[in-house]
Amino acid sequence: MDISDFYDTFFEEAEELLADMERLLLDLDVDDPDVEDLNAIFRAAHSIKGGAGTFGFTVLQETTHLLENLLDHTRRGELKLRRDIVDTFLETKDMLHDQLDAYRNGGEPDAEAFERISRVLQQMALDELGQGEAAVKGEAKPDPVPAPTPPPETSKAAEAEIDRADTGETAGRQLSITLSGVSDKDRELLVEELQHFGTIASQSGDVARYRVVLDSTESQDDIEAVLCFIIEPEQLSIEVEAPTAAADQAGPQAPAASEAMPDTEPAPAVTPDELPEPDKVEPKGGATSPRAPGKSGGKSAKGSESSTIRVPVDKVDQIINLVGELIITQSMLEQTASDLDIVSHGPLVNGMNLLQRNARDLQESVMSIRMMPMDYVFSRFPRLVRDLAAKLGKDVELVTEGKSTELDKSLIERIIDPLTHLVRNSLDHGLESPEKREAAGKSPTGRLTLSAQHQGGNILIEVIDDGAGLNRERILAKAKSSGLAVTDSMSDDDVWQLIFAPGFSTAEQVSDVSGRGVGMDVVKRNIQEMGGHVEILSKPGQGTTTRIVLPLTLAILDGMSIRCGNETFLLPLNAVLESLQPQSEDLYSMAGDDQLLKVRDEYLPIIALHHALDVTGAKTELTEAIAVIVQGEGRRYALLVDDLVGQQQVVVKNLETNYRRVPGISAATILGDGSVALILDIADLHRLDRRKSQQRYEAKHQHLQEVSLA
Amino acid sequence: MSAQANTNALANDAASSEYLVFSLGDEEYAVDILKVQEIRGYENVTRIANVPDFIKGVTNLRGVIVPIIDLRLKFHLDKVEYGGQTVVIVVNVDDRIVGVVVDGVSDVMSLAPDQIKPAPEFGVTLSSDYLSGIGSLEDRMLVLVDIEKLLTHEEMQLVERTAESA
Repeated sequence: MDISDFYDTFFEEAEELLADMERLLLDLDVDDPDVEDLNAIFRAAHSIKGGAGTFGFTVLQETTHLLENLLDHTRRGELKLRRDIVDTFLETKDMLHDQLDAYRNGGEPDAEAFERISRVLQQMALDELGQGEAAVKGEAKPDPVPAPTPPPETSKAAEAEIDRADTGETAGRQLSITLSGVSDKDRELLVEELQHFGTIASQSGDVARYRVVLDSTESQDDIEAVLCFIIEPEQLSIEVEAPTAAADQAGPQAPAASEAMPDTEPAPAVTPDELPEPDKVEPKGGATSPRAPGKSGGKSAKGSESSTIRVPVDKVDQIINLVGELIITQSMLEQTASDLDIVSHGPLVNGMNLLQRNARDLQESVMSIRMMPMDYVFSRFPRLVRDLAAKLGKDVELVTEGKSTELDKSLIERIIDPLTHLVRNSLDHGLESPEKREAAGKSPTGRLTLSAQHQGGNILIEVIDDGAGLNRERILAKAKSSGLAVTDSMSDDDVWQLIFAPGFSTAEQVSDVSGRGVGMDVVKRNIQEMGGHVEILSKPGQGTTTRIVLPLTLAILDGMSIRCGNETFLLPLNAVLESLQPQSEDLYSMAGDDQLLKVRDEYLPIIALHHALDVTGAKTELTEAIAVIVQGEGRRYALLVDDLVGQQQVVVKNLETNYRRVPGISAATILGDGSVALILDIADLHRLDRRKSQQRYEAKHQHLQEVSLA
Repeated sequence: MSAQANTNALANDAASSEYLVFSLGDEEYAVDILKVQEIRGYENVTRIANVPDFIKGVTNLRGVIVPIIDLRLKFHLDKVEYGGQTVVIVVNVDDRIVGVVVDGVSDVMSLAPDQIKPAPEFGVTLSSDYLSGIGSLEDRMLVLVDIEKLLTHEEMQLVERTAESA
């Protein structure tokens, strides 16, 4: 087995640990930090250090080591936390992330950055711990127990830590670590790794069973967590030898060294089943140990390891495709079976019903694999908001709602950038400075809310700030000066949409946060590409809400199938508002060709599907057709079709895979009879019809000119 | 000596390639068999609006949406009929799957390099850019179509332009 096989596991685990670390650091109450959290942060750093050491990522190991030392002092209450200390920790975390990326890409991390961060950390250790260290050393000196050999790269602070640890914890506690079925090569690595935890008193055994006795103050979980980067948990058993027993055994054993071991082995031998027991004993032995609560963290990490599996996304996609095929086949069968006599084919009909139910259930569960909670996105923002608010001199409280709302993985990854942009915008333009807020009679602390919720087949993601709101006059003035077609009588909604125009920014000063005006148009485009749209609600003095509406998934669509001529099309159900049969008294013509339909005091333009898509044999008489009122990208119009066929869920198939984008069509799907139906793109259909009308008009106009010339 | 013979045999193998022969009207054409994925009947094609007439639409090939192009319309043949005998050659070019409608498929031919003559420099509807040569087989003449160039260059780009101006 090659150790590099485990690189990926390490990188992924380390990445998760770093994310945990950041989250915990951000949640930390500087004045009254939770010991449990501090322990968790320490453990994360510690596990990364262990893994980095094992795999020979020296820079990563050394950086984490420095950080770990400081964290250790923090959790012992020797280092008083301050905001700037947390900042430094966060900065170190970023650095670790960079280093991790560098190693992952097969490179070496930036040496300069490493030097800088280690200087900062060392300086902090000196500044903050200078006194504490001396005091600890003074206490430690009289201790009769010899200090374990520190790892070679250990700094002064670390030495102090180990000294301190020894006096504080059960002196000379021995751990018996049994490795079963570990190859020589791995074993060497493991033993080397164990030396970082303490002094190896003895070691012996063979490949099948190798026993190491370690003088260590580390908890079993910590050791186990590190060793499990290399071997499976089943191959490892760690037992605490009670201080008294250890002392007894240490007497005859220590001089006897390795030869004596095989004889004494049966006594301390442990089976994995027995493992939890000595585990429980440990806190008693080290009742004063501040490390005792750390166990829970180690446990949960192990628990989640066994209850989740990592699967490449394309495998999941393949399953989703196959399930899609299954659904199509099932509906094909169903159609055939529906023609059969139900009495003589009872069992078959029953079987078909069962198949249908199972297929739907299967589809639902498979789709849920791809769903991820919005927390995946939201969890990035506390850091961003914190840093940005500090930079801009604003007080901001970030509130997140609906973290558990689920969204398709492909969408969730694409929503991050637009959302980041909106949050930056809200912080920079939306929220005012504390002074301005107070002057306006508001709390000096601004409030930024990120919320996510399901609404039908859509997810609504909102970025809400309680800032100054959009300034209608300024937007209009800016739009005029950049040559956009605007009027003073435009509705608020239309004015707000202007900020999505390319190159539009009302910020008086361009900052490095925002204001360059490249962005809102990109945000809008990104979201439209995902099949969603953006809305803005704003009230002067009360704040702005930017609402992103996205479909839950791109793979399955709730559709309304319609008929035009003898062709079948699908309308996305979420675009359909209502349908009705136009009455001649509700039809109005405008400027010759264009026609409007009056629906409850609203005049909607009419687009005939057969015109836009050149369908032959369609009903041309308006009053015979069905008008489906649809809405897309904020536009509402009446789409004329021949018939409504029904609602159905369809599997969306990309047209671009083998062909290309077609105007007015967003994708295709396969119907129950195996034929292909096109899914209409409501917004694009409108554009297509406009272009076609324009062409028709020009053709007619030209014709008229020719006639008059003749 | 034997080594050289071997290389010669290999070179021969590499040079002579197999072609699928199909007919459009009375003419015989051929495409590189390695580009052909399968042959199927013409059925269940969904029309697509606002595209050139030779693009018949899209069909469902075991869950994959595949565009169907009628070469007879592309080459302006007089008689274009769709019946039980109408055949679609499904080709795989440039990571895309495209169905090509032809009048019929006759056989698979192996052509040695000396049987392939350079394509003559003419042709308006069928530019010699899309021909890899003329295969001469006793009294038969096969027009060797470079299907990859034909579909990627002319067809696809033409479609793109038409769509934009529409």
